[in-house]
Amino acid sequence: MWIAYKTIVIKEILRFSRIWVQTIFPPIITTSLYLLIFGGLIGERIGTMQGVDYLYFIIPGIILMTVIQNSYANTVASFFLAKFNHSIEELLVAPVPYWVILLGYVSGGVARGFVVGMGVMLAILFFVEFKIDNIFIATITFLLTAILFSLAGFINAVFAKSFDDISIVPTFILMPMIYLGGMFYSIDILPQFWQTVSKFNPIYYMVDAFRLGFLGTSNTDFPTSISVLLTMIIILVSIAFYLLKKGVNIKT
Amino acid sequence: MIALKISQLGKIYNNKLQALKDIDLTVKQGDFFALLGSNGAGKTTAIGIICGLLNKTSGKVWVLGLDQESRPNAVKKLIGLMPQEFNFNPFEPIEEILINQAGYYGILRSDAKKQAKVLLEKMQLWDKRMDIAKSLSGGMKRRLMLARALIHRPKILILDEPTAGVDVEIRHSMWSYLQELNRDGMTIILTTHYLEEAESLCRNIAILNKGKVVEHTSMKKLLGKVSQQTLILESTKKLPESMPDVDFPIRVLDKYSFEITLKSTLSIGDALNVLSQYNINISHVRSAQNRLETLFLCLSANNNTT
Repeated sequence: MWIAYKTIVIKEILRFSRIWVQTIFPPIITTSLYLLIFGGLIGERIGTMQGVDYLYFIIPGIILMTVIQNSYANTVASFFLAKFNHSIEELLVAPVPYWVILLGYVSGGVARGFVVGMGVMLAILFFVEFKIDNIFIATITFLLTAILFSLAGFINAVFAKSFDDISIVPTFILMPMIYLGGMFYSIDILPQFWQTVSKFNPIYYMVDAFRLGFLGTSNTDFPTSISVLLTMIIILVSIAFYLLKKGVNIKT
Repeated sequence: MIALKISQLGKIYNNKLQALKDIDLTVKQGDFFALLGSNGAGKTTAIGIICGLLNKTSGKVWVLGLDQESRPNAVKKLIGLMPQEFNFNPFEPIEEILINQAGYYGILRSDAKKQAKVLLEKMQLWDKRMDIAKSLSGGMKRRLMLARALIHRPKILILDEPTAGVDVEIRHSMWSYLQELNRDGMTIILTTHYLEEAESLCRNIAILNKGKVVEHTSMKKLLGKVSQQTLILESTKKLPESMPDVDFPIRVLDKYSFEITLKSTLSIGDALNVLSQYNINISHVRSAQNRLETLFLCLSANNNTT
């Protein structure tokens, strides 16, 4: 089982590394532009948020956004393409338990999230110097977020029947959730009603926890944020495992 | 020992199509077994269920005595599948496809590399090992899939249309390799549309029609059921103006060749003796039609009318 798992992970890493121009390079460029425009140019006029310079305030959100997008994109694209070109059958005919398949694909998504996240951090260091306040909180939030969105991408890929289906969720659900999850602002500045609404968005807790690890400032306490993350992961693991076991859109 | 046993296997797809209607099938270990049927007969569905690619609706499958339902992963280790459709990542290098497949079966990368080399050399693909699968010709892709099916040294090899789109020379080399594997003890289950392929390779046969097994017997017995055969004969000399009146029908094709139709009661030798009495000596004899093809068409027609 260990060999099968390792094989899936190596295959996944090689897949996104081979096409680094599409997978690793663009998010680094986009992030640099975000930082330059929102942080550098507009940020100077905004001043501070939650007690820190706006430029520093948006750094954790920008890093986490790339982790979310890339972890999701990796599993959704890879698993959907495996379904599309039927290469998923290579795994289905082999004695690979379903949980190993799931773990392998999720690890691939986490690996891409990690590589791109690290690349973005290095790119940010070109513009500003920063220090991570609590490396443990930042790392655990980073990893759990990558796991959660790799799982979400996997589930999307299981249901997807066309290329449109793998772009609908990121465009119409994921992006609004990211932007409304407090990536560019503190929810303190919102009216009470929208503050309450924001608290139903799981991304808010991830950004907030990551910001706590990065800057030492947050709106919600860390145990609450981590509980939300872990609960979501447990729910998505259960769904993904059920879908694989039943063979939904795979063995029908 | 029984390599494969299928009992009351049924499959109804989500669109209500009943692809398999409670079929029973047995394949002995070491057999070269043909599973034939026209398009949509249920062959690929049956293979998909045996290999774990499809969920069955009802019935049981045993592979070398192991129940597929209770021990799916143990069963998967015993089977190698070469499917009908190309099902690899077209952008992966071919050696990597084999090494990854071996990895899924728990084979160490170093061992997988050695086995991949042996198989790629056998399939005449070693020079192309670094090429992506997309760049291969249709025949090469088929050989790649055969190599992949064998990477974990399975006990049972299932081939779904293995030689479709493969040129004659390669097809014959694939046949001899499959016969070699079978001689070494591997059970082979073959589906094909080339009936001469099934006739020359397989010892036992099952014919599926509309999801039912309509024939399940040895190739010899099945071919024995052919009630008549049509042969084309070539005379050493020019044929006479009028052909003799004999016990079997004769149809002249040209100045030297003619066609005869023999019932199962009359052998080719008897027919040649009769003709030689009329000073017609034969230099070449060939079958006008593949016997299995005749029978297959007959069985399909019978089942379509009932």
